[in-house]
Amino acid sequence: MGWLVNFFGQRRYKKLRWRLLVAALALLLAADFMVPRHHSEHFWDAIPGWGAVFGFASCVAIIFVSKFIGHSGGIMRDEDYYD
Amino acid sequence: MTEWLHPALLMLIGAALLPLVRGTGQRMLSLIVPLLVLYAVSQMAPGTSGAIAFAGVELVLFQADKLSLVFAWVFAIMSLIGNLYAWHIEGTGQRVAGFLYAGSAFGVVFAGDWLTLLIGWEVMAFASAYLIFASRNAKAVAAGFRYLLVHVAGGVLLFGGIVLHGIETGSWLVGPLEPGQGGLAGWAYWLILISFMINAAVPPLNAWLTDAYPEATVTGAVFLSAFTTKTAVYVLIRNYPGAEILVGFGVAMALYGVVFAVLENNCRRLLAYHIVSQVGYMVAGVGIGTEMALNGAASHAFAHILYKGLLFMGAGAVILMAGRRKLTELGGLYRTMPLTVVLYMIGAFAISAFPLFSGFVSKSMVVSAAAGDHRAAAALLLTVASSGTFLHTGLKLPYYMFFGKDCGLRPPEPPLNMLLAMGIAAAFCIGIGVYPQALYALLPYPVDYEPYTAVHVTESLGLLMFTLLAFVLLLKHLDPEDTISLDTDWLYRRGARGFMWVARHPVLAWEQRLITLGDVAGLRLMHHLSRLSLLADIRVVDALVNGVAASARRGGLLMRRLQTGVVSHYAFWIIAGLIAGLAWAVAGAWLAAAEAAEPDPADWMQRQETVGSRPAPGVGALPQDARAGPSATLAVFRDVGAIRARPGGRGRARTGSQSDPGAKRLSAGTEAKAGAS
Repeated sequence: MGWLVNFFGQRRYKKLRWRLLVAALALLLAADFMVPRHHSEHFWDAIPGWGAVFGFASCVAIIFVSKFIGHSGGIMRDEDYYD
Repeated sequence: MTEWLHPALLMLIGAALLPLVRGTGQRMLSLIVPLLVLYAVSQMAPGTSGAIAFAGVELVLFQADKLSLVFAWVFAIMSLIGNLYAWHIEGTGQRVAGFLYAGSAFGVVFAGDWLTLLIGWEVMAFASAYLIFASRNAKAVAAGFRYLLVHVAGGVLLFGGIVLHGIETGSWLVGPLEPGQGGLAGWAYWLILISFMINAAVPPLNAWLTDAYPEATVTGAVFLSAFTTKTAVYVLIRNYPGAEILVGFGVAMALYGVVFAVLENNCRRLLAYHIVSQVGYMVAGVGIGTEMALNGAASHAFAHILYKGLLFMGAGAVILMAGRRKLTELGGLYRTMPLTVVLYMIGAFAISAFPLFSGFVSKSMVVSAAAGDHRAAAALLLTVASSGTFLHTGLKLPYYMFFGKDCGLRPPEPPLNMLLAMGIAAAFCIGIGVYPQALYALLPYPVDYEPYTAVHVTESLGLLMFTLLAFVLLLKHLDPEDTISLDTDWLYRRGARGFMWVARHPVLAWEQRLITLGDVAGLRLMHHLSRLSLLADIRVVDALVNGVAASARRGGLLMRRLQTGVVSHYAFWIIAGLIAGLAWAVAGAWLAAAEAAEPDPADWMQRQETVGSRPAPGVGALPQDARAGPSATLAVFRDVGAIRARPGGRGRARTGSQSDPGAKRLSAGTEAKAGAS
């Protein structure tokens, strides 16, 4: 297990990690285009690559919307706020 | 037969036995009892038993159907894992609390009537609070009291709802509730629903969870993450299937937890926000109410207990070994804790619903049920929350805890028992993901769902892997900040200060005004009256008492002067007395003789004048008589008696009788003296 964890932790594998990630993403997209879609409840079920786009957009939206609410909405406070 | 193997009873007996043994014996017992419970659950078949009548109400202490059994299974597994994880601790109290907590959760799950459910509900609140207090620091104690405050309030709402429901319908048996046409039944419906939503941590009633769980002990948080919210999901499935309002709340909750998790810096609080998020899927599933949705809610609860327990165990291992809990102070631990990293990541993949992990086969059931029920918005928003779940639990938390910038700490792996417990939970996370039929067979309704379709796998992986891409690209925006986030607990943490301000300022001012009023009208009058009564006391009562006492004292002094103690003085007074007595007797006798000589009234008057004018004849004569001796005295005495015996002359007779006793005493005294001399 150690080697796997080290692979993700050590700086020297950074390039390799990037390459593997890009390859995996490309494979996934390709697979998503190839799988059969005979049953669709909603319009997005028929769109290949929908999951990828939706996941990316969701993640970006979550990060920025949350941070905006946290900073501008007065949610994030100093640790001694209640003391 | 099965009612004698009621898991709650087993746990209760176990809790009673735990304090009796120490050390390894106690540790063994803490594993044997959950194993017995597992055996008991495996022997149970759907069916009702254990009904008793109590105070005119039919109570069903034990009632097992497929829904209660699926929760019983996972509770039993989790109490075994949780106690194994806590094997190393020296805390009888925590073990007992864990047993009572799990036992009361069994009590709720098998309760056939509302009163049994209520008792389990309340015990659960107090037993779980102990696991927070057991941290023994000021923050944990404060959080524990806030936790109790919320749960006791929830318990009161539940009790009120149950009583109203019982009065309105006459039935005390649990089962689907209807809002009714307003009135008492309507009140009961909403009161019970709100109390369930409190325990399910549905926003805005969620803050007790994220406030208290991160303050619990390392081992206690594992139990906490398993039982309270999931019993709430169970009672919602049983009593509120298809309650439309829950769909909106569930979806909002799934997103609420995700948004707060972005802002969070405390590792266990981040995980706690993801309990809120994940329970949102279950609540939404209950609200959708189709068989598939209810199956999804139950199966997701099952999977959730195991992967969330695993995640809390991983974070707990870091807190225990590194001694830090803030993401800003952690990082780089992968070097010395690789096993913990791997086990934690299995939980993270499970909660993120990666294919071959448990979340994939349970969460997707809820999302598919939403889509199948033509709830496009709910399905899409729950998918957004899935992306957020992976972002936080699968990427942000492990990155900043195990990788990222090196915090310099090199903590070793946690104790073997903790790793073993995490290993068992991880095995379940993978096992359920690989072979979902085992879980599906336990679900309350027949399952007609296949999670492993090609399109489902590629779509899910696409969602997750592109979330990973966004994470890597936006990493610097995700850096944790050294802050806390305000949640709805602000209302009773800051609100309590507002309450105290009201108490200290307006209320106190009003009270002081009342006191002033009392001073003027009441107190001053009282003072005046008491001064008057004091004066009366001093001048009248005391004066009287003192006067009497002073008189008695003066009298006493006078008497003392008389009592000289000298025999001759006493003798003098006795003789003086005798002489006075004799003088009296002689005077009496002389008067009687004079009366006898002159009986005429006119003469009487004359004689009186004569007597009055005669200058004290007896005084001169008496000493002479006394000197004549005792015999002379006696002779006089006889004369007196003769005078008295003679009839007539009332006045004289009176005179004689008055002097008689005194004379007798005097004569006796004289005789005694004469005899002595």
